[in-house]
Amino acid sequence: MSDMHASSTASAAGQKLQFWMKEDHHPANGTLLGFWIYLMSDCLIFACLFATYGVLGRSYAGGPSGADLFELPLVAINTTMLLLSSITYGFAVLEMQKNQKGTMMAWLIITGLFGAAFLGIELYEFAHLIHEGAGPQRSAFLSSFFTLVGTHGLHVTFGIIWLVTLLFQVGKHGLTPANKRRIMCLSMFWHFLDVVWIGVFTFVYLMGVLQ
Amino acid sequence: MSTHVDSHDHHDDHAHHEDDAPHSTLKGYMTGFFLAVVLTAIPFWLVMGKVIPNAQTLAVVLLVFGAIQIVVHMIYFLHMDTKSQGGWNMLALIFTLVLVVITLSGSIWVMYHLNANMMPGMSHDMSQQVKNLP
Amino acid sequence: MNTPDLVKLIFGRLSLEAIPYHEPILIATFAMVAIGGIAVLTLITRAKLWGYLWSEWFTSIDHKKIGIMYMVLGIVMLLRGFADALMMRAQQAIAFNGNPGFLPPHHYDQIFTAHGVIMIFFVAMPLVTGLMNYVVPLQIGARDVAFPFLNNFSFWMTVSGAMLVMASLFVGEFARTGWLAYPPLSGLVQSPDVGVDYYIWALQVAGVGTTLSGINLIATIVKMRAPGMTMMKMPVFTWTSLCTNVLIVAAFPVLTAVLVLLSLDRYIGTNFFTNDFGGNPMMYVNLIWIWGHPEVYILILPLFGAFSEIVPTYSRKRLFGYASMVYATVVITVLSYLVWLHHFFTMGSGASVNSFFGITTMIISIPTGAKIFNWLFTMYRGRIKFDVPMLWTVGFMVTFVIGGMTGVMLAVPPADFLLHNSLFLIAHFHNVIIGGVVFGVFAAINYWFPKAFGYRLDPFWGKCSFWFWFVGFYVAFMPLYVLGFMGVTRRMNHFEDPSLQIWFQIAAVGAGLIALGIGSFLMQLFVSWKRRDALRDVTGDPWGGRTLEWSTSSPPPVYNFAFTPVVHDLDAWSQMKDHHAERRTEGYLPIHMPSNTGAGIIIAGFAFVLGFAMIWHMFLVAGLAFVGLLVTAIGHTFNYKRDYYIPADVVERTETARTEELAAHV
Repeated sequence: MSDMHASSTASAAGQKLQFWMKEDHHPANGTLLGFWIYLMSDCLIFACLFATYGVLGRSYAGGPSGADLFELPLVAINTTMLLLSSITYGFAVLEMQKNQKGTMMAWLIITGLFGAAFLGIELYEFAHLIHEGAGPQRSAFLSSFFTLVGTHGLHVTFGIIWLVTLLFQVGKHGLTPANKRRIMCLSMFWHFLDVVWIGVFTFVYLMGVLQ
Repeated sequence: MSTHVDSHDHHDDHAHHEDDAPHSTLKGYMTGFFLAVVLTAIPFWLVMGKVIPNAQTLAVVLLVFGAIQIVVHMIYFLHMDTKSQGGWNMLALIFTLVLVVITLSGSIWVMYHLNANMMPGMSHDMSQQVKNLP
Repeated sequence: MNTPDLVKLIFGRLSLEAIPYHEPILIATFAMVAIGGIAVLTLITRAKLWGYLWSEWFTSIDHKKIGIMYMVLGIVMLLRGFADALMMRAQQAIAFNGNPGFLPPHHYDQIFTAHGVIMIFFVAMPLVTGLMNYVVPLQIGARDVAFPFLNNFSFWMTVSGAMLVMASLFVGEFARTGWLAYPPLSGLVQSPDVGVDYYIWALQVAGVGTTLSGINLIATIVKMRAPGMTMMKMPVFTWTSLCTNVLIVAAFPVLTAVLVLLSLDRYIGTNFFTNDFGGNPMMYVNLIWIWGHPEVYILILPLFGAFSEIVPTYSRKRLFGYASMVYATVVITVLSYLVWLHHFFTMGSGASVNSFFGITTMIISIPTGAKIFNWLFTMYRGRIKFDVPMLWTVGFMVTFVIGGMTGVMLAVPPADFLLHNSLFLIAHFHNVIIGGVVFGVFAAINYWFPKAFGYRLDPFWGKCSFWFWFVGFYVAFMPLYVLGFMGVTRRMNHFEDPSLQIWFQIAAVGAGLIALGIGSFLMQLFVSWKRRDALRDVTGDPWGGRTLEWSTSSPPPVYNFAFTPVVHDLDAWSQMKDHHAERRTEGYLPIHMPSNTGAGIIIAGFAFVLGFAMIWHMFLVAGLAFVGLLVTAIGHTFNYKRDYYIPADVVERTETARTEELAAHV
């Protein structure tokens, strides 16, 4: 306790207790922890949507089932897009650690493009389903399907908006500690969406086509 | 150590290291990516190639693969370990997982019994009947 | 585009018809609110206070000011919620023997819905959040919360939600569904008007604020404790706050999700909770109680913490069983997720499901009982001083135990089949919420008020407030237990059986006594302000407190502590006093603080417009508001200069003034 000021008196036992710090005290930054906690709360939103799908996912109301609707090759391509965007985000983080602003931004852009491709494919799938008369109003199964997958897609959309914002901020201010922390937060967000997608393709698509 | 995550957004004159983000390596990301690809490919192959005929067995296998892949992503991409943020990240994750399990399995359990009791003939195992309704 | 289309595009379904000018009660209320509001606004303008309010309060990121603003919001909304309660009690007391009373069912249903929603979301939640916001950073020796801007934003989101509920009074109407808006009643078929939409958007907007404030306080408690304050040296109030915020972060997403599903049903015609196309209304009930049960612990846990601070202080003893208190809190936190089905035993999930949830519910009363015994053992052989906070505490212990026991009765599924949806249930939850949360909030306000404002609250009016509330509660709710046993159901606006009337009349008298209690409280605030010089607290420690917040001045300086305290013991401030630790009066350093920002109130303002526009299907306005919200939020992230330093000489001047004050006092 060398850095603490001696503004106290001797205790009964004779040892000196220090009660106030002499130095300026800087509590540890809470951003990464706070963001992680936010992700955990988001995770529970998805848990509810999964639970709803789990309960209502077989209520077809005489309409089409997952086996009738899901096109697994399309889902496989979509999953590939998201996995690729994950590894490219990883490359961006590695470049960030090396303080390579230019290549870091390039990898971020590539990540964003994979994300956009994922969204494009998902929108195509949705449009196709709605066109076939299998829109979210058709049955409780389709309501819960569109909501679960759509909420994930909405998160990806906000991730891309955030990513673009971050590109401007890094371009303007460089790889400052604040910007690095933001890159790490978006990294957690992006990889978290990946984890949710694992749940989606396993629980919704792959198990949905089993009969 | 190159990820200087400083203690305040707004002032960079005091460098603090106790709080740094995890240090990532190319090897870690590549291992994770490789495992993720394999763990994604196998379930898709199992379903699309109709490898396991029994739907229930297949469902269990799929869930196991999904669970493993989630763990892989957690470790290699989200850099989860027992030490990050002084263990609080792991604690938060475990608590959340417990709640996710309670919410999911609890809801399904409760609603299954409700349907079985209150709407016999409409419960899940009889979804075929529902499907055949006009 | 012709004019009707344009009007529809801009105003959606909002028209002059939405103003309830045919309802005399609402018009009178509106006139009163309008006159009162204009008077207040005029006074503020006359006194040229707008600039001061804007720069010192509305845009403030100081956790103390935000805490006080939360409390003000909670007290203002308490008056609204209580007005609803008085109307219901009056209606039920007179609506017998063919007398329809003064509230038609259409209006009465809105009142009981608004009463529940307001009391839980806009009274209890702000009061509890305000207390945690004010006290926690001081108790852990921190200078602010982990994310000061987010704190301001959270507060204004709560205000926006409250304003949406208030707007429903005069523009359109509120939900007629009960406070949890069960479908199919809250679905589009049964409730096509705007009431349920007001409900949804008010809760969603406020819910964002609540969740973010939960994240904020968790990060604060985990990261910003003073050196030496290990987890098991944290004051109990901080512990219960931590658990409360964990519950908030873990429960509110569920509410968000389930309300999103209900809105999808209402806005785009999905079939989650409809009766057709495979929808299942009971899934809504299931999900919303997964949020709803933790919610009641979110409300009560911080006040368990407050009582755990108050009892040792006024008993002049260390808290009995600190560790067991902490473990009990943690156990309650986890168990609160395993009991939700007891809110709908009668749904029909069958014996196995009901037994499981009945047993978990009974188990959760054990840690709560342990806490009661800890407080009793703390008081045992203590030198108890019956100041106002202690009166509220003892009142709580008596009342809450009764409420807890009727809760255990309801936890028995066969008993619940008889008592559910009856006035017994109403009596039970008012028993625990008034006896626990309200008494606790008043105890906490009386306890921490001198810290926040530098003078104590007047004890005479405090005691009046306590006794009116205490007696009023029993007179108002014991008759409801009786009626519940007779099988009288809740949410009725009139009754046929004249033999019941006497009980409702007694309950109305009780509500009148509670009104006197609230009046005494307001009187207490006013009288204390008038007598502030006589009640002045110069020491910063008027009660002989034990925790760090009493070590700084009352009110604390903006930076809370000139020097960060170092903690060696659970009762850190007690220990400092025992060791006769002297204040440091030299070696001041510049203090790093966050700057104020208007971004929070602006974004929350957009959220209000977005909610209001969505309620009235003004989709063009809603889109614009959303874009405005997004642009402001992104714009705010481009602000990298969010801090400033308080120069050392300013700190020195502040602290020297305090030193002189202390010297003059002795």
